Amino acid sequence: MIRLEQVSKHFGTMIAVDRIDMEVPAGAVCVMLGPSGCGKTTTMKMINRLIPPTSGRIYVDGKDTAAVDEVALRRSIGYVIQQIGLFPNMTIEENICVVPDLLGWPAAKSRKRAAELLDMVNLDPSVFLKRYPKQLSGGQQQRVGVVRALAADPPVLLMDEPFGAIDPINREVIQDEFMKLQAELKKTIVFVSHDIDEAVKMASRIAIFRDGKLIQYDTPDNILAHPIDAFVSEFVGSDRTLKRLRLIKVTDAMMAEPPRVRAEDTLDTAVKLMDEHGHVSIVMVGPRGRARGVVRLEEARERKGTVGEHQEPLPGVVNIRDDLRTAVSQMFTHGVTWLACVDDDGFYKGYVTQKSITQVLGATYRES
Amino acid sequence: MARAGLAGTLRWLVVFGAFALGAWLQARGTIPAILGHSQDVTYLIRQHLTLAAISGAIALVVGIPLGIVLTRPRFEIFADAVTQIVNLGTTIPTLALLAIAMSFLGIGSPPAIFALFVLTLLPIVLNTIAGLRSVPQHLIEAARGMGMTPGQILRRVELPNAVFVILAGVRTAFAINIGTVPLAFLIGGGGLGELIFTGIDLMEPSMLLAGAIPTALLAVLIDFLIGQIQFWLVPKGVNPLR
Ligand SMILES: Nc1ncnc2c1ncn2[C@@H]1O[C@H](COP(=O)(O)OP(=O)(O)OP(=O)(O)O)[C@@H](O)[C@H]1O
Ligand SMILES: [Mg+2]
Repeated sequence: MIRLEQVSKHFGTMIAVDRIDMEVPAGAVCVMLGPSGCGKTTTMKMINRLIPPTSGRIYVDGKDTAAVDEVALRRSIGYVIQQIGLFPNMTIEENICVVPDLLGWPAAKSRKRAAELLDMVNLDPSVFLKRYPKQLSGGQQQRVGVVRALAADPPVLLMDEPFGAIDPINREVIQDEFMKLQAELKKTIVFVSHDIDEAVKMASRIAIFRDGKLIQYDTPDNILAHPIDAFVSEFVGSDRTLKRLRLIKVTDAMMAEPPRVRAEDTLDTAVKLMDEHGHVSIVMVGPRGRARGVVRLEEARERKGTVGEHQEPLPGVVNIRDDLRTAVSQMFTHGVTWLACVDDDGFYKGYVTQKSITQVLGATYRES
Repeated sequence: MARAGLAGTLRWLVVFGAFALGAWLQARGTIPAILGHSQDVTYLIRQHLTLAAISGAIALVVGIPLGIVLTRPRFEIFADAVTQIVNLGTTIPTLALLAIAMSFLGIGSPPAIFALFVLTLLPIVLNTIAGLRSVPQHLIEAARGMGMTPGQILRRVELPNAVFVILAGVRTAFAINIGTVPLAFLIGGGGLGELIFTGIDLMEPSMLLAGAIPTALLAVLIDFLIGQIQFWLVPKGVNPLR
């Protein structure tokens, strides 16, 4: 969708961007990361020709950008600048409709679209459409800045630290909202950030820059698992393994089809099952398979009776759609080495253990 | 609240003062004398306004585009030089300016209009430049990045965001202009100066006031009108008055 071939930018003798090769597939979110002044913004602005490249070629949707009209090119690419850049002389509605108006959409269509877009980011259109930017909070302005870029439904979005000006709590909220939108819209996005956590959360690809050079371009998990050199590993941080936990879902580290018992089963059955699997505890499920409690081996051995009489409450469960970070955090909270995993309806689906998590993390480490 | 209170008090003081002055003049029989000049006054007001309007209009038509051109990237390097020159134009005392204008345009309204134009031009050009420069660079970049042409950026982003400052310049410029028009009489340009200066020469206060009071009222009226334009024309989102 977007392809950079040997793209360079020199400012006088200073080389801001040095022979970058990069391809962003359609529907992917590419996050550009790197220390200040490493050329991220410059690279991004070359894509919509706000800055002319010194050499090299840039293709958007297969077309060489140097060959298309720059105004038409920019209208087909959504652009969010770091300073938000809402026009203070226009209402929120007029701001959102800037590109549709430039493209000559009928007013009725673009105004309707503005209302829909505001709704998408949880801003009540009846309240906000007629307001001016100065009447909005920073976070609200930033949301408007993002939907303004989406107004004419461009296939490509360029976003320069779009959530930079927001406090950490609201930033997480907006990031989540944005990822939900993106799951629906499937835009091709180039996103500048200086926040590795944000990158790990949003990116399908991370591009790490240093002094105008593209050092590593890979999936977030590979960047965290296999930093290409000391610079990258230092940049992603010594806690990179913890960061990877965010990228892996409980399902991927879960032992599925686990053994289980019911309340009416005897302790004998439970002990036998545990011995068979080499477990020290077993989950008790309800009649339809919901996780209800747990029986521990040391409790069950040498005793008589049913599971129902000797069960204990589960020390913590985790949803299969959660990430491993949540799972590990639960383990530490409850001081356990394993967790029962349930789906949205509470049905028992499997379990994760510290060992299974280590194995999943280790799988990519061993590959190399 | 305190400010509104103060402004209110001030307004009442002015009204009361005007009333007292009026009563005093009436008692001395000055007002009937002033009214005796009413025919001259209407004729001269028209002349006065014509001088102000023509010179002001030329200054607007030259000043605003000049300010715009001087903020375009291609001509930006000339901006400082041009403002220096225009600045020099206003440091020349008004009377000297009139004399200079007279020396090559002769006597009558053309040199008066020219001198008034030069005086009015500076605040307009300076404020147009200042207003346009105060538009944050990132707004222009956002506009460019969204696919506006330079003309669209000027019309939809730069001018609307600069118009308040530009109009403030126009307001100052016209206040200076209308207050200076009486001097035009000195080089045969006409206007209310005729009554004022003749009144001074003849030591006839009623004549002097028949010129001075309308001059003052005109200045206040024009200032009020431009203030209204400023209030209603400047977009709400960038209008500190609304
Ligand atoms: N117009 C310009 N003229 C000269 N040098 C420039 C210009 N624009 C950028 N540079 C230089 O190019 C380098 C890269 O700048 P760029 O803005 O791309 O950095 P960045 O990676 O976006 O940094 P940050 O994280 O601070 O935004 C910097 O050293 C900067 O000083
Ligand atoms: Mg930058």
